[in-house]
Amino acid sequence: MEVKLVVGMEIHVQLATATKIFCGCKVGYEDLPNTNVCPVCLGLPGALPVMNKKAYEYSVRTAMALNCQIPSFTKWDRKCYYYPDLPKGYQISQYDLPMSENGTIEVADVNGKQKSIRILRAHLEEDAGKNMHDGTRHSQVDLNRAGTPLLEIVTEPDLRSATECKNLATELQKIVQFLGVSEANMQKGQIRFEPNINLIITEDGQTYKTPIIEVKNLNSFRAIEGAVEYESWRQLEAWKKDHNYTMEKCGKENRGWDANKNETVFQRGKEDAHDYRYFPDPDLVPVEIDDAWKASIRETVTELPRSYQERFITQYKLSAYDAAVLTGDKITAQFLDDAVKAGASPKRTANIITQFGLKVANEKECTLDQIGVSVTQITELAKIIDDGLISASASQTVFEKMLNSDQSAQAIAKENNLVQNSDSGALEDLLDAILATNNESVEKIKRGDKMAKKLRGFLMGEAMKQTKGQANPQVLNKLLSEKLK
Amino acid sequence: MDNLTLIQLRDKIATGDISAMDALNHTFDRIDSVDPTVKAYISIHREEATSQAIYIDEQINSGQPVGMLAGVPIALKDNMITHFGRTTCGSKMLENFSAPYDAHVVEKLKAAGAVIVGKCNMDEFAMGSSNENSAFFATHNPWDTTRVPGGSSGGSAAAVAAKTVWGALGSDTGGSIRQPASFCGVVGLKPTYGRVSRYGLVAYGSSLDQIGPLTKTVSDAALMLQVIAGHDSRDSTSIDEKDAQVDDYLCDIEKPINGLKIGIVKEFMASEGLDPQVAQANQAALDQYKKMGAEIIEISLPHIQYAIATYYLVATAEASGNLARYDGIHYGHRTTNTENVLDVYSASRSEGFGSEVKRRIMLGTYALSSGYYDAFYLKALKVRHLIRQDIDNALKLVDCIISPTAPETAFAMGAKTNDPLTMYLSDIFTIGVNLGGHPAISIPCGISKENLPIGLQIITPAFTEAKLFRIARMFESTNDFATKLPQL
Amino acid sequence: MIKMSTPLTKEDVLKVAALSRLSLSENEVTEMTAQLGAILKYVAQLETLDTDNVTPLAHCLPIHNALREDVVKPSLSNEQALSNAPQIDEHYFAVPKVLGEGSA
Repeated sequence: MEVKLVVGMEIHVQLATATKIFCGCKVGYEDLPNTNVCPVCLGLPGALPVMNKKAYEYSVRTAMALNCQIPSFTKWDRKCYYYPDLPKGYQISQYDLPMSENGTIEVADVNGKQKSIRILRAHLEEDAGKNMHDGTRHSQVDLNRAGTPLLEIVTEPDLRSATECKNLATELQKIVQFLGVSEANMQKGQIRFEPNINLIITEDGQTYKTPIIEVKNLNSFRAIEGAVEYESWRQLEAWKKDHNYTMEKCGKENRGWDANKNETVFQRGKEDAHDYRYFPDPDLVPVEIDDAWKASIRETVTELPRSYQERFITQYKLSAYDAAVLTGDKITAQFLDDAVKAGASPKRTANIITQFGLKVANEKECTLDQIGVSVTQITELAKIIDDGLISASASQTVFEKMLNSDQSAQAIAKENNLVQNSDSGALEDLLDAILATNNESVEKIKRGDKMAKKLRGFLMGEAMKQTKGQANPQVLNKLLSEKLK
Repeated sequence: MDNLTLIQLRDKIATGDISAMDALNHTFDRIDSVDPTVKAYISIHREEATSQAIYIDEQINSGQPVGMLAGVPIALKDNMITHFGRTTCGSKMLENFSAPYDAHVVEKLKAAGAVIVGKCNMDEFAMGSSNENSAFFATHNPWDTTRVPGGSSGGSAAAVAAKTVWGALGSDTGGSIRQPASFCGVVGLKPTYGRVSRYGLVAYGSSLDQIGPLTKTVSDAALMLQVIAGHDSRDSTSIDEKDAQVDDYLCDIEKPINGLKIGIVKEFMASEGLDPQVAQANQAALDQYKKMGAEIIEISLPHIQYAIATYYLVATAEASGNLARYDGIHYGHRTTNTENVLDVYSASRSEGFGSEVKRRIMLGTYALSSGYYDAFYLKALKVRHLIRQDIDNALKLVDCIISPTAPETAFAMGAKTNDPLTMYLSDIFTIGVNLGGHPAISIPCGISKENLPIGLQIITPAFTEAKLFRIARMFESTNDFATKLPQL
Repeated sequence: MIKMSTPLTKEDVLKVAALSRLSLSENEVTEMTAQLGAILKYVAQLETLDTDNVTPLAHCLPIHNALREDVVKPSLSNEQALSNAPQIDEHYFAVPKVLGEGSA
């Protein structure tokens, strides 16, 4: 018996426009319920939609980053169904002429090898509001979210493992963040993943396809992995029990993820499948995009995370691990790039960012550019460490002080007496003086006395004391070794 | 005062001859006296109208500039959203709905100084041809109160014909301005699709709906169009003025068209059910045009016989989508007798909608449902293309197409309510231009032996309303039908 | 394959009523079947037309690209938004509970 796991992913990305897709209401989160609404997104009688240009352009930008084709003509359709969070009784979406199709995205498989996942299409639609059940006899509907622009991306069923699914999710999240089209915070629901999972089982020369299960309500990468793994187990067991558990006989099914029990739960079968009655929305006109417009959007397709990562490894000679950390978000990656362009060494800058910068950013729950240090400051810090002006151990202190200061790294180091003395000439003179007053110890060291190490340490300590700790220990060590030969 | 045309009244108010309050008081008196019989109005807004009239009078008295309609009492079909009062669409579903915004046309009218007096009765959600589908009450034709005023803008037409206001706005999806205009002996215009913003017009058939004026004279209609026409960025289907500028509709309106070529539709002449008196009046009008130097040319609209079928698939499909929002959840009627939300939908909608609305929603849903889309809806869209092509092609050969507006005069109340299809079939002359988008006007051209008005329809190419008005005025200037409104 | 001339049955009417969220009485179903049936029969004449080479006309106007700038405009107040709601719960619309999952 051979079992092949087949997964296609449906992704919804909330676009980071200032306003909703069809009206000028703010797109926002922490606002009071039903305060970012107007006749259009409330679906009041007589209201009409007008397309947000930026939402369209963000969609095209994303589709281009995913190597999709952008047809020159696209239109919107009504997808009709009833639900309390859908005030018009239809969602304005795209059916047969979406704004993009036929793209690809590179994803690492279980063995870390890159594979290409095909993207069937990406289209632009509106989000619904929120329907919340609070345990009482009624639900509460908040339409603040209704009308938020949503990019729906659909892959071909090319995914073959839970790991691939998780990697696809993380990669796509990074891409849209890097492009600046979405904050894509999973917990805030700004990016949502719905895997469509089934198995192809061959036994005794016969092939069986289990029903395609779409899983909803996944709100973490771990949940995505868990759901795919759970389904590949559950479907196999179900089929083993009854070989009639096939797509042909049972049709598509919707299941929800129960994060507490770590299992999927039945929601809707094919009998309850919606007839969406798609038809072209007569209130909207089509969009035609010409080469000039496409070219101007193409210029906004900034470098993608994968490309940054590869450069960091091949050009900056960073480890794969570090490269991944430094491309965790675009601001960090750009920070490193900018510092290197200004003359800092990649390795040193990478260290500063990973050891100090990102730690502070995590603590403050903000991005690297908001912790209080500028690219210029970091660049200089990297340089003065490499030049030996301060010791590596002093660098943390300098960094911490830079957080609250506009001063340059060098100025801070000087102010706080952290500047190392690396002047070999001066240090040599100092050593000569110390050695001169410690003849006996010098002799003992030269002879290889059993106290040699301790005595050497004493001499070093003297030199450090006399330079008030500012002597560059490496330089001092080297000079001392030469003199004690 | 109520024998003045809109423009005459407007001019007298502007010079101070008549005050806006005078005109408004006259309107209120008139409504009090005749509307109990005619029942054209669903709601009257005395306070709102009075404060507007007072304001206009102040402006005029202090020599401030005022708009083109300053002080003129106007009525609106009750499917145009006003933030004051209710907007019911003639339906129980919206019986108590009060909107938090104004329609674009309402904003335009107010900016022009018009005094909006009230909201007029209509067939529920604009679905009907007799005003008998209103959930509240039927409107009576001022010419003969046992007869219908036409629909779905029957209330607006009756309000003007009964001389309660000098102009009203209606909406036209399949003939709903023109047919009632014809039945009530007034002028009714459906502008080119996209000429007037639909923002704030409660949608029925979105790719067909247009707002237009109902008035006593052609010039009055031209003035009203002047005020409401133009691009609105809130309506994606409203045409940009760089693509179709808003002409001055009045400056040349008295200038006849020399060598006017009039097309008459071959396929209409064979129409069964065409009342001989209507045919006669139509012919008399054509003869009048010939006297003025026009040439009558027979043209063909080969697919026009399919227009009604096409319309009832396209309009109902769009309506099924447009009316899906009436679900009792966020506004509108909600049933009181259930707790399961699925039942709330069905019960609220079934209680809130009348039978014609239900019929059309069902028809539209059917045409769009899985497996049926290609055979029905898509097919209808293709035939629509053929019909528009026919009209476009014909209008290359002639300046305008002339026909009766309706195959009959106002019928008796209850005469057609048993069979929906019979009602639909009377749209035969008007429906083509809703599918094609062309502008069309109905003007009075006769009075039958039963003392019922007969209407003449004129069609011109898209965005040529200025020419349309001139052609209509040519005929109007040879008769006095505008003065023949019934004395109620 | 569905043809326009396929006669309308009661089952069709019930199915369509459900899709339209309309609940019809027995009488209404019977009446609706007859009336819609007659209308559909009339409409079926479109079937006789050859439209194989005709493109569908969804829009009358030669307009495309009606787009707006991404600029925030004032919203309604919470009070205005809820002003016509049949039932409210503080700042929310209150709706009878959904049994099971219904959205797409």
